[in-house]
Amino acid sequence: MAGLATVFGSGAMTNSIAEIEKTDVMFVIGSNTKENHPIVALRMIKAKKKGAKLIIADPRRVPLVRFADIWMQHRPGTDVMLLNAMMHVIMKEGLVDKDFIASMTEGYDEAFKKNLEDFTPEAAEKVTGVPKDTIIKAARMYVEADKAGIYYTMGITQHSHGTDNVFSVANLALMTGNLGKEGGGVNPLRGQNNVQGATDMGCIPNNYPGYQGVSLPAMKEKFEELWKAKLSDKVGMTAPDMLAAAEKGALKAMYIMGENPVVSDPDMTHTIKALKALDLLVVQDIFMTETAALAHVVLPASSFAEKSGTFTNTERRVQRVRAATNLPGQAMEDSRIIMELSKRMNYPMPYQSSEEVFQEIGRAWPAMAGMSYSRLDASGLQWPCPTREHPGTPHLFSGGFPRGKGRFTTVKYLPSLEQVDKEFPFLLTTGRLLFQYHTGGMTRRVKPIDAVSHESYIEINPEDAGMLSLKDGTPVKVTSRRGSITVKTKISKRPKKGVVFIPFHFHEAAANMLTSGTGLDPVAKIPSFKVSTVRIEKA
Amino acid sequence: MIKIIINGKQIKVQPDTTILDAARRNDIYIPTICDDPRLEPYGGCRLCLVQIKGMPRLVSACTTPVTEGMEVETTNDQIERQRRTIVELLLSDHPNDCMVCEKAGDCTLQELAYFYDLRANRFYGERRQYTKKDLNPFIQRDMEKCILCGKCVRVCEEVQGVGAIDISSRGFTAKVTPPFEKDLDCEFCGQCVSLCPTGALMGKEALGRGRQKDVRKVETICPYCGCGCNLTLHVNRDEVVSVSSRPDTVNEGWLCVKGRFGYNFIKSPDRLKTPLIKKDGVFVEASWDEAFQYVADRLIAIKEKNGPDAIAGLSSARCTNEENYLFQKFIRAGIGTNNVDHCARY
Repeated sequence: MAGLATVFGSGAMTNSIAEIEKTDVMFVIGSNTKENHPIVALRMIKAKKKGAKLIIADPRRVPLVRFADIWMQHRPGTDVMLLNAMMHVIMKEGLVDKDFIASMTEGYDEAFKKNLEDFTPEAAEKVTGVPKDTIIKAARMYVEADKAGIYYTMGITQHSHGTDNVFSVANLALMTGNLGKEGGGVNPLRGQNNVQGATDMGCIPNNYPGYQGVSLPAMKEKFEELWKAKLSDKVGMTAPDMLAAAEKGALKAMYIMGENPVVSDPDMTHTIKALKALDLLVVQDIFMTETAALAHVVLPASSFAEKSGTFTNTERRVQRVRAATNLPGQAMEDSRIIMELSKRMNYPMPYQSSEEVFQEIGRAWPAMAGMSYSRLDASGLQWPCPTREHPGTPHLFSGGFPRGKGRFTTVKYLPSLEQVDKEFPFLLTTGRLLFQYHTGGMTRRVKPIDAVSHESYIEINPEDAGMLSLKDGTPVKVTSRRGSITVKTKISKRPKKGVVFIPFHFHEAAANMLTSGTGLDPVAKIPSFKVSTVRIEKA
Repeated sequence: MIKIIINGKQIKVQPDTTILDAARRNDIYIPTICDDPRLEPYGGCRLCLVQIKGMPRLVSACTTPVTEGMEVETTNDQIERQRRTIVELLLSDHPNDCMVCEKAGDCTLQELAYFYDLRANRFYGERRQYTKKDLNPFIQRDMEKCILCGKCVRVCEEVQGVGAIDISSRGFTAKVTPPFEKDLDCEFCGQCVSLCPTGALMGKEALGRGRQKDVRKVETICPYCGCGCNLTLHVNRDEVVSVSSRPDTVNEGWLCVKGRFGYNFIKSPDRLKTPLIKKDGVFVEASWDEAFQYVADRLIAIKEKNGPDAIAGLSSARCTNEENYLFQKFIRAGIGTNNVDHCARY
């Protein structure tokens, strides 16, 4: 999101799920939409039936490829090369949207254009493995559409140069005027029910709720007034920084609510070591997760079915969550736990209901000021929604960008930090499966799901499997510079030769034993979950 | 706009509308089994037969587009007689086991039988007898209850883009089946279950857990990915027994396997039920008071000794906006540091 915020002044899906039906071309890059955002994929299939075209760029033959007009199977980590080559074609063929660039953007200058010169389709073919004609065809198909939307997920962001990837995606949309209109846009599909909301609500170290910077004196004053407290203007630590600081002993205590970084963060060995070094680890969760097991104190919390409030989905739609069942045992609503703790820390927050908290959010952030529980009742509202009469905003930027003009960013191609070599000859990429969710705390406890998706595996191309004499089900030891895991072989044509895939849901064969916690993206501090190098041996 | 007359009432509708759509928009009831506004018109069940002035035979309202000046009658003796016969024929080869059927109270066929007061049946004959192939863990398929409306086949192909099932064979032996009559092996989204008008397709997790009349429905949002699908939780005796979804929302009533069938973790015996404090490396149950006081005392001591920046909070992309707001407010205003993040913010 840091990338998009730089370009536009706000970081979120620019357009809506329903608008996908109205688009002419969908460009899906680094997103296994059919498995990870199944309902968004249904809209894409619907759009296809209505005549829209579909371009997919993904290193794996993901299920949505079946519906694609063009599929570009680029090597993991070469997105910038591919996107810049598409822009190269668009620039060379004079297909840029000159009016949009002149009136709505800045930074489309000689330096930007000169940088693109080197990214010929021929050069890109060598690096990405995508035939140059396919790149040219995709570029033309995208640019010739009246309305074209780009959809991406972690395949773009989870890289040591993830922010560069996002800049490239944004450049492509800016260059072709595909922003501020229905059916277009730059659309990061968010992976968890309330990632958008957690970020909106200021659970990020640099921003108060509503992307209002903690280091801006006016913002600090505003929140000191609202919260009646002295606040720090020092930007806080990101999650990876916290773990590093814990390991060094600079960070003494962590309070973790509803997360399982031991399994979800890269380099599990390092994560465990860091958490064990803390003087105090408090974990609030609904299950004894791998992270909770390391805690000094575990607080039993509430599941979605036991509480009231709101979630904000990937298209900025704030929707009502309603309690359906009672809490088990002495488990408590998360909000009540926080309030009880805060009271004992001499900062009472005596809210009577989640609605009262919601009303305060509206006072803290103008983009949600026009929302109320009663207005959300039917089908929610999409921010920004500044007044009680405002209908919400299906697509952003129709009247310009929050930061004034959309900014082009010159992006050079940086190879991923880890490159295959003799010792580690395979590129490992990680991700989710349709049947599982994240670290499996919930899905692995659902019997029918466990019955069809019981254990981890490594997806490997038939050629590679043949070379290593592996059969379906052969146990293999997969080793990276961080560690080793043992998983079963699954021979599949999804990845190309030299690329393997392991889902990260399974703690007993955790993909994140292998991924790297260093070499983070310099801006967003996101780890490179999508590119590590490994070797594979029969176990 | 086109002007038409339905049951003597003049109405205006968009061109390219079917008679069924026009009637629905004007609150005129036409019974149907095989139609769903989210699927292509099919014309399979023939229940929506209507009379058009000047046409010799009845036509199906779901497949006939409106034309200027069209005069439609949706009910009269002849129409109702035909509809009644259709339902009677469907029932003649249906296991009338409503008393134990999971779908009772929520079944379109049952409703129609009630509406047409079908106690006895004029038609007797051979019945379909099928062996269940039902090893898949999600969906119970009882093809003897199938009335071949084709909704499941169509939603799987048209909406889900999977095509895991189709109608094989013809006439009396026609039946919905996966390839080569094997067991179902698909994405298990359950779209088919949600559209099935009878008890032919049921979610296995819901079996035997209560009739619809005992169920309390709670509207909420799915706890999994970021699509934000609307869920209707069906709650009985404090348990979520099944999940459905309204068609008038962002997800149009469609769900994936996790949203539709992934709810039994809620009452998992593994749920944490009491606060735990680790003593000598082992978790010991504690009261809330003890746990709160322990955490607060430790946090205050660390804050005093090492400053607020020695404390950090990781919030959750799974919690609500209100909880996240409170969490960061607590970290920022209560503890005094901006060390707050969540793992999925990228």
